[in-house]
Amino acid sequence: MIPMNMVTPPPELAAITALQSKLVSALRPILPEHALLWEPEDTIPYECDGLAAYRRMPLAVALPETEAQVAQILKVCFDMQVPIVPRGSGTGLSGGAMPISQGLVLSLAKLKKIISIDPFTRTAVVQPGVRNLAISEAVAHLGLYYAPDPSSQIACSIGGNVNENSGGVHCLKYGLTLHNVLKVRGILMSGEIVEFGSLAPDSPGLDLLAIVMGSEGMLAVVTEVTVKLIAKPKLARVIMASFDDIEKGADAVAAIIAAGIIPAGLEMMDKATTRAVEEFVHAGYDLEAETILLCESDGTPEEVAEEIERMTKVLEQAGASGIQISQNEAERLKFWSGRKNAFPAAGRLAPDYYCMDGTIPRRNIGTLLRRIQGMEKKYGLACLNVFHAGDGNMHPLILFNGADQEEWHRAEEFGTEILEACVELDGTITGEHGVGIEKINSMCVQFGEGERESFWGVKAAFDPERLLNPDKAIPTLNRCAEYGRMRISGGNLPHPELERF
Amino acid sequence: MSTTNNMQIDLFREQILAAVKNKTPLSIEGGGTKSWYGNANSYTKLDTRPYAGILEYQPEELVITACAGTPLKEIEAVLAEKNQVLAFEPPHFGDTATFGGAIAAGLAGPGRISAGNLRDFVLGARILDGKGQDLSFGGKVMKNVAGYDVSRLLPGSMGTLSLLLEASVKVLPRPAATTTLRCQIPQEKALQVLNEWAGQPLPLTASCWIGKPGQDGELTIRLAGALAAVKAAIPLMNAAIDAVEVDPAVAQMFWADLREQRLAVFANLQDNDTLYRLALPAACGPLSLENTSGDIILEWHGQQRWIQAPSDDATFASLKAVAHTHGGHATRFKQGSHVDPSNQRFTLLSEQVHSTALEAVQARLRAAFDPAGVFATSRLP
Ligand SMILES: Cc1cc2nc3c(=O)[nH]c(=O)nc-3n(C[C@H](O)[C@H](O)[C@H](O)COP(=O)(O)OP(=O)(O)OC[C@H]3O[C@@H](n4cnc5c(N)ncnc54)[C@H](O)[C@@H]3O)c2cc1C
Ligand SMILES: Cc1cc2nc3c(=O)[nH]c(=O)nc-3n(C[C@H](O)[C@H](O)[C@H](O)COP(=O)(O)OP(=O)(O)OC[C@H]3O[C@@H](n4cnc5c(N)ncnc54)[C@H](O)[C@@H]3O)c2cc1C
Repeated sequence: MIPMNMVTPPPELAAITALQSKLVSALRPILPEHALLWEPEDTIPYECDGLAAYRRMPLAVALPETEAQVAQILKVCFDMQVPIVPRGSGTGLSGGAMPISQGLVLSLAKLKKIISIDPFTRTAVVQPGVRNLAISEAVAHLGLYYAPDPSSQIACSIGGNVNENSGGVHCLKYGLTLHNVLKVRGILMSGEIVEFGSLAPDSPGLDLLAIVMGSEGMLAVVTEVTVKLIAKPKLARVIMASFDDIEKGADAVAAIIAAGIIPAGLEMMDKATTRAVEEFVHAGYDLEAETILLCESDGTPEEVAEEIERMTKVLEQAGASGIQISQNEAERLKFWSGRKNAFPAAGRLAPDYYCMDGTIPRRNIGTLLRRIQGMEKKYGLACLNVFHAGDGNMHPLILFNGADQEEWHRAEEFGTEILEACVELDGTITGEHGVGIEKINSMCVQFGEGERESFWGVKAAFDPERLLNPDKAIPTLNRCAEYGRMRISGGNLPHPELERF
Repeated sequence: MSTTNNMQIDLFREQILAAVKNKTPLSIEGGGTKSWYGNANSYTKLDTRPYAGILEYQPEELVITACAGTPLKEIEAVLAEKNQVLAFEPPHFGDTATFGGAIAAGLAGPGRISAGNLRDFVLGARILDGKGQDLSFGGKVMKNVAGYDVSRLLPGSMGTLSLLLEASVKVLPRPAATTTLRCQIPQEKALQVLNEWAGQPLPLTASCWIGKPGQDGELTIRLAGALAAVKAAIPLMNAAIDAVEVDPAVAQMFWADLREQRLAVFANLQDNDTLYRLALPAACGPLSLENTSGDIILEWHGQQRWIQAPSDDATFASLKAVAHTHGGHATRFKQGSHVDPSNQRFTLLSEQVHSTALEAVQARLRAAFDPAGVFATSRLP
């Protein structure tokens, strides 16, 4: 993963220590002893999330066990004007849960009860710390599951999913978190308990649930989520198609959609990735192919047979140099194993890798891949491409050696250039990992001053005092002005030793 | 962007800035086909129709981008050429319905139960806010979490937040096969089988039951998807309901008439009556309602119900209470001609559990986009 190279020296040590003891004594009456951490050896595991390059020690970490405790903690912090960073499982990849040095980390990990499951209404009510996969496991015996499946699903929490609007391999057909959550109960920074959305198909007033989705812990602390469960498909099969040309593979993706087919999953891997994973999983991938498409169909056996046949035809017409269709569940999982293990496989190729996340229109996939090849030369770093081709969500993995500071900065610049290319190609700087702290500068590229001001307006509507995760996702006008100047000066960040906000 | 379009945006901006200066709210209107929906007002109209046209449509991207004033039927026609559809099946309520109006009203037709809400399909929007600023949110791609998802706040906002200039929405391929089945069964049985089927992998995409409580009524269901899946589902479902297949042309007309509320059962709205809409959680059983007249209509496996009843506040209050007990809410959807137009049409946030504090949030949100209250028509409270 990414090196730790940006440890912030705490600003004013004495003031911080004073604030810390004030906060700790205010929180002590609310929480049992084991649920409040402030000694550095206890809080160090919380200094970063899945993006380890950005880390900072918080004042303290609170681990409430009930919603009432969460509300009380918020009130205390509100009164003391101490900022809060909510945290789920800490698997976020954009530094969204990175602490604020004069703030509290509020971990929701202990709120992990599945409150109720109702097969007849196809819903489950769960606490925010419940792991994504745990929901599907708990309802599997009913023939149901929760569709959004981020690759981190064994670890990430549903509260984090709501705040990142997470997606996964199956969201092409089954939607993102947004499409699969009915109601979210949360607490505003002021300590008031509120409910967004409803069990009914819509709810009164403006659609506030829509804006809370993907809000990166900046609008409300989520304490309960009602998710939609759907019927487990009877069968799934996957086609593995090889192409001797990246562009052909990219065109095949468009051709499948244009043929009126929405596959259950449509993923792409380039040659470098295939080679890396094959060594790792031995799935029998075609090592000569420039790119491989994994194209899944699910549904009733009749539906799957029909769809597989149609997809095969389209892939053949698109010039696939090889096609394999999984004949049983074991084989299906084998075909997928490389895709699912691409990250660890990348980890074997280089000491570190930097996972980017941008979305572009499908028709531009080939263009972006070609541009990335150019950037590999420019920055002298290799990049693996393995991504959700069906919805144009790209995840370039930039390989580098984190022990070398200069190399990490090159990797960062490489990543930023990819994001800028995504915006230029009519896309966005983040498809699913969020902006967090990582892409806050790129927000200045995608949005103008007016939009950013509106975002601050949205933030203020929920959290007028700007206490909830205030340093994430939305850049200030000053920051963008500064960033603009930095970009002009040749792409070299001034003060690389400083944390970037 | 063409110069005529830019000129039109400038005209909109001038209108907004004049309204700011004169402190006179503007009521945004497209085709005016839904002017009866939502709280009434008599403010100056801002007509969106001059800003029309499809800006981008790439079938293989499953996205269409169009100006707000574009007639909805034009959009549907263009999609139909490529065998694609707006899967949420927005009601038109008239020939002149616009794309922007459909989005701002946020209504969805029969397909909502399987395809999702109109909001679920919105990918991006370009707006003029209450300061006349030209802003774009979201985009044209399926996955995008950069910044707050402002474009998805617009569906259902009824023109109270900003002027929608353009929107990008996701479209879907038309299902390969569609079949409609019909039978006579009581409400309870209909609700039971529909919810059982909804929990199984069946291609059930729409349902409608029309009748009187305690009696047999007419259940119509639509199956759509791969031909093989539709074929396989029919005998499975018939084991429970013993239905007949409806002639495809008749069926298509039925679903369109249901969506547009042209069915006879909607037509006899008495002058002092209101057509109430109840939005309810899944698997909500039959409701005991007094005071209603005519047949009741259940859609979305019972999650949307239409009833006709007197317009008075006491009746509305009691319907809100019934909906509320079951976790839903009620709307005065359409009023008869003799009804006081100043009636509050919606359930308020403060009438919902744990939502009072959200009224302040909502007010601040509106103020952020529209500080001078140019769009504060209260069509949506
Ligand atoms: C190997 C790997 C693969 C991944 N694959 C995917 C993928 O396929 N798709 C995808 O979308 N993501 C993926 N991710 C990213 C990450 O797992 C998701 O963003 C996930 O939703 C984060 O959940 P979390 O519980 O770990 O949240 P955290 O990292 O703890 O927090 C994420 C954000 O949500 C906020 N937050 C968390 N809980 C709450 C709460 N209860 N109330 C308010 N705010 C809260 C935090 O403040 C932060 O801003 C991957 C990550 C890894 C490490
Ligand atoms: C990299 C960077 C990130 C920023 N992020 C934010 C932000 O997230 N939110 C926000 O409100 N404002 C941010 N700012 C802007 C700035 O911190 C405030 O706006 C400040 O209150 C006013 O700055 P100024 O433009 O008047 O410059 P000055 O205060 O005159 O000086 C700014 C200089 O000080 C340094 N500096 C300032 N703030 C920081 C910081 N937080 N960390 C490290 N170095 C710093 C930089 O070298 C910068 O060039 C950021 C500035 C920088 C340089």
